[in-house]
Amino acid sequence: MKKKKSQCGRRGERIFSNICIMPSLAGVLIFFLLPFCIVIYYSLINNPISGEFVGLANYKKLLETVAFRKAAWNTASFSLVSVPLVLVLSLWLAALLERSIPGKSVIRTFFLSPLMVPTASVVLVWQVLFHNHGTINQVIQDFGGVGTDWMRSSHGQIIIIVMFLWKNIGYNMILFMSALSGVPRDILEVAELEGAGKIYQFFHIKLRYLSPTILFVLILSLINSFKIFREVYLLTGDYPYDRMYMLQHFMNNTFNSLDYQKLSTAAVFFSLIMIVVIAVLLIAEEIFGKDVEN
Amino acid sequence: MTREQKRHTFNIIIMLFTGLAAVLFLMPTVLTIANSFMTTNEIAANYGSMFSNMTDAQKTFISEDVNLKFIPDKVTFSQYSSVLLKSPDYLLKFWNSVMLTVPITVFQILLAVFTAYGFSRYPSKFKSIIFFAYIILMIMPYQVTLVPNYLVEDKIGTLMTNLFSDGETEYQLLNTRWAVILPGIFSPFSVFLLTKVMKRIPVSYIEAAKLDGANEIQILTKIYMPLCKGAIVSIAMLVFIDYWNMVEQPLVLMNESDLHPLSVFLSQINTSDVGLAFAVGTVYMIPTILMFLYGEDYLVEGITYSGGIKG
Repeated sequence: MKKKKSQCGRRGERIFSNICIMPSLAGVLIFFLLPFCIVIYYSLINNPISGEFVGLANYKKLLETVAFRKAAWNTASFSLVSVPLVLVLSLWLAALLERSIPGKSVIRTFFLSPLMVPTASVVLVWQVLFHNHGTINQVIQDFGGVGTDWMRSSHGQIIIIVMFLWKNIGYNMILFMSALSGVPRDILEVAELEGAGKIYQFFHIKLRYLSPTILFVLILSLINSFKIFREVYLLTGDYPYDRMYMLQHFMNNTFNSLDYQKLSTAAVFFSLIMIVVIAVLLIAEEIFGKDVEN
Repeated sequence: MTREQKRHTFNIIIMLFTGLAAVLFLMPTVLTIANSFMTTNEIAANYGSMFSNMTDAQKTFISEDVNLKFIPDKVTFSQYSSVLLKSPDYLLKFWNSVMLTVPITVFQILLAVFTAYGFSRYPSKFKSIIFFAYIILMIMPYQVTLVPNYLVEDKIGTLMTNLFSDGETEYQLLNTRWAVILPGIFSPFSVFLLTKVMKRIPVSYIEAAKLDGANEIQILTKIYMPLCKGAIVSIAMLVFIDYWNMVEQPLVLMNESDLHPLSVFLSQINTSDVGLAFAVGTVYMIPTILMFLYGEDYLVEGITYSGGIKG
């Protein structure tokens, strides 16, 4: 009798836990998942009125658009450079700060501070730094070099990379610091006794234990590298110099013209690329990350 | 040198190096604040050549070069008094930011507490499929999620007009604050993080509470919520800063620039009213800086929780 009652209770609890999810699920369905099905549908028809199925013709057309190709190339090259860079730099800083040095917590605070500063607030300082007659060019000239017009040249991406690093290193560094402190001490002590140097320990032991965190930081940085549009938009507006014209500018400007087919196709294309990249990363973790889990 | 001494010297070198890098990281913020205390003329003299819309009288004493200055010649609050007293536009935009960011943060977190609780109790196949969909959604850039947002809000507007309109008034969801707030509330970011935190709560706590006769609602409010307090605070901070910083959503979902937050409007001030831009920028970072100073430890704790995507 008593057993039966507790089972009933469990069932009620199970239902309650499902009910808890419902409001959020409803919102996600209404605002994201269901309309995304419409987006996929739009990407496969010629126009919303006749609704004629055209297969992959929209995709073909999109890939032939010059602006899209330029934007896609810029975004890809930006992510390919900045993501590994932020990964290596933040891991390196975290490894340095693992030592017991004075003022460690202040240094950590400084590195983390850009995370909490709105980009819009400091964008003027970046403009001053990278202006044609700005600070960085003056320093270059003082040392006898020749300055570049950063904002209006093919070096434009360097500005975005610097701003990206500035914003993201702190967060990643904290993740790596906590992961480093989780590496089992006894294994490191054994390695020390066996005569392994610090560098050997880092590459052969610590990196192994860090691999889940490295994967996470990789995914996170990839996501954040797609958010860089904010910085570029605030810095230069809707139509920046060629090298700074990102996929997000393309999407935004297509929004303004309200070309549903182009917009939907680009959105589906964009999301497919993201899913493929994340899937590859997760599979890589399955293969390489197994040996440390037990 | 002994080994101990060697290590000590090495530590000092590392401290100097990382310390210098850390100061460089702080510089953009400090420079913005320092420049906000300059007079408008000093700003014009230093940065005037960057922006062409100066009067000729001002141009005569401006050099070609842009001087990034650290310490003002004369410290004044004149920029602040102009921003706060003479230009209601900036205050209005600041208010817009508050009216968008606060509801999104409050409701997203409230919803996330329930949802994460639902996900972390009684795992099932159904739940793990939905949770996976949430992760995929979280990974998508705004430019992808904004397309479905826009479509559905356009449709809801038409639907409301058809259902409730008396023939004259036209209801709209786009171009209102709700256009940005509603998708923001259902953004899966905080659900994801909080679920990971709640899954770490030992089952023995819940079993013990149940033996004492606690029901599910009591388990949520008396065990889960107190244990997750730190995580909730830190996630709220991350959500707040993300939306305080927003640019993409208002640009696409609100054509009406009267409703735009200060984060979008600042890029326009920068070119038109450079004498005030530093002060406006500083005012805009006050809420997030205060949060950071007050809750840095929570924030670090929250970031640490977020590590490891499978959790």
